[in-house]
Amino acid sequence: MKITNNEYNKMLKAASPKTELHKTLPKAFIFGGLICVIGEAFLHLYMNYGASKETAAMLTSITLIGLAAILTGFKVYDKLAKHAGAGTIVPITGFANAVVAPALEFKTEGFILGVGAKMFVIAGPVIVYGIAASVLYGLIYYIMGTVVA
Amino acid sequence: MNYLWAFLVGGGLCLIGQLLIDLTKLSPARILVAYVVAGVALGGMGLYTPLVEFAGAGATVPLTGFGYLLADGVQKAVAERGLLGIFTGGFTAAAAGIAAVVMFALIVATLFKRGDKMT
Amino acid sequence: MGAYLGKGTIELNNAPSILSYASAVGPKEGQGPLANYFDYIGEESTLGESDSWEKAEVILQKSAFRAALEKGKLAETDISFIFAGDLLNQCTCSSYGIRDFDIPFIGLFGACSTMAEGLGLASVFVESGVAQNAAAMTSSHFCSAERQFRLPLNYGGQRTPTSQWTATAAGCAVVAPRKDPPYIKAVTFGKVTDMGVKDVNNMGGAMAGAAWETIGAHLANTKQSIYDFDMILTGDLGMVGSGLLIDLFKRDRIDIANIHADCGMMLFKNKEQDTHAGASGCGCSASVLCSVILKRITEGKLKNVLFVATGALMSPTMIQQGESIPAVAHAVHIGG
Repeated sequence: MKITNNEYNKMLKAASPKTELHKTLPKAFIFGGLICVIGEAFLHLYMNYGASKETAAMLTSITLIGLAAILTGFKVYDKLAKHAGAGTIVPITGFANAVVAPALEFKTEGFILGVGAKMFVIAGPVIVYGIAASVLYGLIYYIMGTVVA
Repeated sequence: MNYLWAFLVGGGLCLIGQLLIDLTKLSPARILVAYVVAGVALGGMGLYTPLVEFAGAGATVPLTGFGYLLADGVQKAVAERGLLGIFTGGFTAAAAGIAAVVMFALIVATLFKRGDKMT
Repeated sequence: MGAYLGKGTIELNNAPSILSYASAVGPKEGQGPLANYFDYIGEESTLGESDSWEKAEVILQKSAFRAALEKGKLAETDISFIFAGDLLNQCTCSSYGIRDFDIPFIGLFGACSTMAEGLGLASVFVESGVAQNAAAMTSSHFCSAERQFRLPLNYGGQRTPTSQWTATAAGCAVVAPRKDPPYIKAVTFGKVTDMGVKDVNNMGGAMAGAAWETIGAHLANTKQSIYDFDMILTGDLGMVGSGLLIDLFKRDRIDIANIHADCGMMLFKNKEQDTHAGASGCGCSASVLCSVILKRITEGKLKNVLFVATGALMSPTMIQQGESIPAVAHAVHIGG
């Protein structure tokens, strides 16, 4: 008996298990929250050593990026991420993992065309659209500034 | 209290990300882009600064915080250098993070062996 | 000589034999329920090739091929043609796997349907008399597939409940003129079937329609019923695709639940080994067929098996362009 794609996809949907939100959501919340708490601890640490709030925030980012890079190197980050999901994707550590993982993976194709060219294969869009959005915002901010002045 | 708010706000931002992954099938790369752009927009509208003051790392560590950093950098650069600041602000603010991630990636790629996956 | 029965089906009146078969797998597969049936189990996913997953997959193919020659007491020169393919661009692991052998090579791409495609072609070549012995071989490797089709291995992504685990495995079968069982009795080459599925993490779901089409065509063209077989063995539909296939036949008022088996559901202990919806990859159906299934047919425990390997002909480029996933399934009737 012939079947339309529409009917097929309805049957497929019925046959496919759903993501268990009651498991994924709490894990994402807890892992993500904990990473931020670790960040907060470093923030305090650097401020105690006399860093300004802004400098401390920057040092915290660098520290978290470094930690995530090392955990990626030891193949720990992806094992955490299997459980944490967005909890390890959304924090800056996830950005670091997205850069380090392809760098390590494509090492076999050499340091220029492998590591160098593939490093931003996942995280590249973040920089592209982050910077583009900042330029756009800068333009608006500049125009508003001159109009008001 | 600082730690509690960092946990709750940071966890909450990740929870929204997990909802997007599970319900909309958006790929991680799209979610990261959405978070950064949202951070720039919220930062630009002045809505993110109170969250940063309130939740500290809970607001700056998630990628929306990276977007906020970009917006904040542009604001300062425009104030200092005018028109040129539109172009220099974002990258200047992001410089430390990007340079760090590039260096760490190179070091890890050099020193570590590639890993497989069993589960 | 073979007879064309129409719409892709060829009946092999002389029914050539599978003279020899062998399988080679990685460590995760070696911890699965079929461990005792494989000819070679690698200790590590690298299979001794520390610098590249592609080279590791090449080792798998070579191991399976050498084991098949040895088990059949064959020399390299006894093989007239080899039909081989894999998942990677340019079927690269097959050409590098066969590079060291002095055998005419016919490269195939049918994604995970390659084992049935190759076995069918090898059988037709032997049936027609142009080939004395013809081999069919295919492989897949979890790591080489991940890095080409998905994400770097150490990237922290989450697999969805419908996703399947690409098998690190290879299988090889040598077809020869009729002698002892297993015999190849008929072959149906399927058409490309696209049910409009776009979820790249639900390959079984994308392929079930092709399996249903090809099984239906085979039965209609050979004037057989599903009950003429004691096993309908699909390639790698996994949990979701298998369930959907049973539902599709239920819609036709045919109950296949009791005679349907799926290689993707047999290779791993799905829950324990956390593969989500089961196994996939060319090597999945190849290694399951060329181990436990052919052994059982040889021993007379299985009489008539319809081996239906399914392939999702997925191109990451076309998916990014918004296209859906076409699929194909080929059926081979293997009898005792």
